[in-house]
Amino acid sequence: MALLDVNGVTLRYKTSSAVVTATERVSFTVDKSDRFVLLGPSGCGKSTLLKAVGGYMTPSEGRMTINDREIHGPGADRMMIFQEFDQLLPWKSVLANVMFPLLTARKLSRKDAEAKARAYIEKVGLTRVVDAYPHTLSGGMKQRVAIARGMAMEPDILLMDEPFAALDALTRRTCQDELLQLWSETKFTVLFVTHSIAEAIRIGNRILLLSPHPGRVKAEVVDVDKASNEDGSAGRLEKEIHDLLFAGEATAH
Amino acid sequence: MAEARILLRDATVAGSAAGEVERKLTVLELLWNDGFVRKTVIILFLAAVWEAYGVYLDNPLLFPTLHDTIATLYDRVKDGTIPMRAWTSLKVLFMGYSAGIVLAAIFTILAISTRIGTDFLETVTAMFNPLPAIALLPLALIWFGLGNGSLVFVLIHSVLWPVALNTHSGFKSVSNTLRMVGRNYGLRGLPYVAKILIPAAFGSILTGLKIGWAFAWRTLIAAELVFGVSSGQGGLGWFIFENRNLLDIPAVFAGLLTVVIIGLFVENLIFRAIERNTVQKWGTQS
Repeated sequence: MALLDVNGVTLRYKTSSAVVTATERVSFTVDKSDRFVLLGPSGCGKSTLLKAVGGYMTPSEGRMTINDREIHGPGADRMMIFQEFDQLLPWKSVLANVMFPLLTARKLSRKDAEAKARAYIEKVGLTRVVDAYPHTLSGGMKQRVAIARGMAMEPDILLMDEPFAALDALTRRTCQDELLQLWSETKFTVLFVTHSIAEAIRIGNRILLLSPHPGRVKAEVVDVDKASNEDGSAGRLEKEIHDLLFAGEATAH
Repeated sequence: MAEARILLRDATVAGSAAGEVERKLTVLELLWNDGFVRKTVIILFLAAVWEAYGVYLDNPLLFPTLHDTIATLYDRVKDGTIPMRAWTSLKVLFMGYSAGIVLAAIFTILAISTRIGTDFLETVTAMFNPLPAIALLPLALIWFGLGNGSLVFVLIHSVLWPVALNTHSGFKSVSNTLRMVGRNYGLRGLPYVAKILIPAAFGSILTGLKIGWAFAWRTLIAAELVFGVSSGQGGLGWFIFENRNLLDIPAVFAGLLTVVIIGLFVENLIFRAIERNTVQKWGTQS
């Protein structure tokens, strides 16, 4: 039984002058403990799709269910982690930021929330800055806090919208490794959006390739974790995905 | 050219030879970096100019010297007149200020929850914000009579619009990411406003409160000057007006100085303290 079932979903949004179709009849399923990556060039509607799973958009066609419940509006069973550094509440310390959803959405007691928050802050290695305010942290640290905040809620699924895209290359590598490390500890389910093929291969065990304008499913890559850097299979896979994504472009123009 | 190589260098040796990395500032530099010290110097300078001009003019009916003014201020504080008058003014001020803030809160909450509410707020603030509160005083006197009712009415008018305007524009500029974070936690309605929008827009709200306070304070003093005593005991504005009629000009100056001091106190101590503990601590305003 799939955890998340996205079935024939078409997403449209209005701009001031037109109705744009972001994705057209996209279907996929995410199983428990999957690291499912939505990959595609800009304009393929991958972020819009993630927002729809988050409940911020209603599909104009098709349906989305999580644990057999239809998705209606945002909820704490699907924790979003955004690309923007300002996703942390600047008026709360690191600890209070991680505790906040535990208190407001999970209704934990202060004591339980603090214990849980401290445990997850330790997991992302930020114990020494628990009392710091977000503006004093580096970009990488802010994203780690956001990940700790999302994971501490122990949601059904973590929704990550290019969380490392605004980081410098070295920090991005570290954060990717840490995310995999965290996954091997708790085996959470994550739906991860990226436009970087290399990142998709590093992070995911399944990758959904989307084509742009409007976003349609082009292919699904499975058993991505079998590819490794040592024997060069990751590099070959990267090349294959690249050729597949940009194949249309060479012939179309 | 066989292969790329890494040449290691010892950083510690180079560092120690480079000389000072950090130097302590001198006491004078430290003092001058303190805004409070710099402002005190400016105030002392202005006081010296005042005193010099007063002595030079030698006409206490037109322009009393600083030490005359301070002597009168001291006497009037000691005999309890000024504290009592200031307290009368402040009591009315708090009534009007808090009522204005409550109304502003209701208006802005309506404005963010419905589109027609937004249009309503934008229209009425555009209409009433430029209208000086004092201009409403004659009307207020007819409606509410000679008394605190009229004062509170004009105070509400002077507080409501700037606070509502700033709060609303603060709410509008809250980043979309923070909004989505709040909704992700299932927050909606008033908890969403209280836990996400208000803290996120706190800088703008504080600016509105500061502008509202300044408007209210000057409106109140001016209103008291116009119609004087309410409920037997006049405020600071009435104190100034009364002493002008008695040609006790040093007392007029003492009254004005009290208005200024209370203004400085609220601005520099109360609002500064709030700023330091909120927006500056959060890094949302430097």
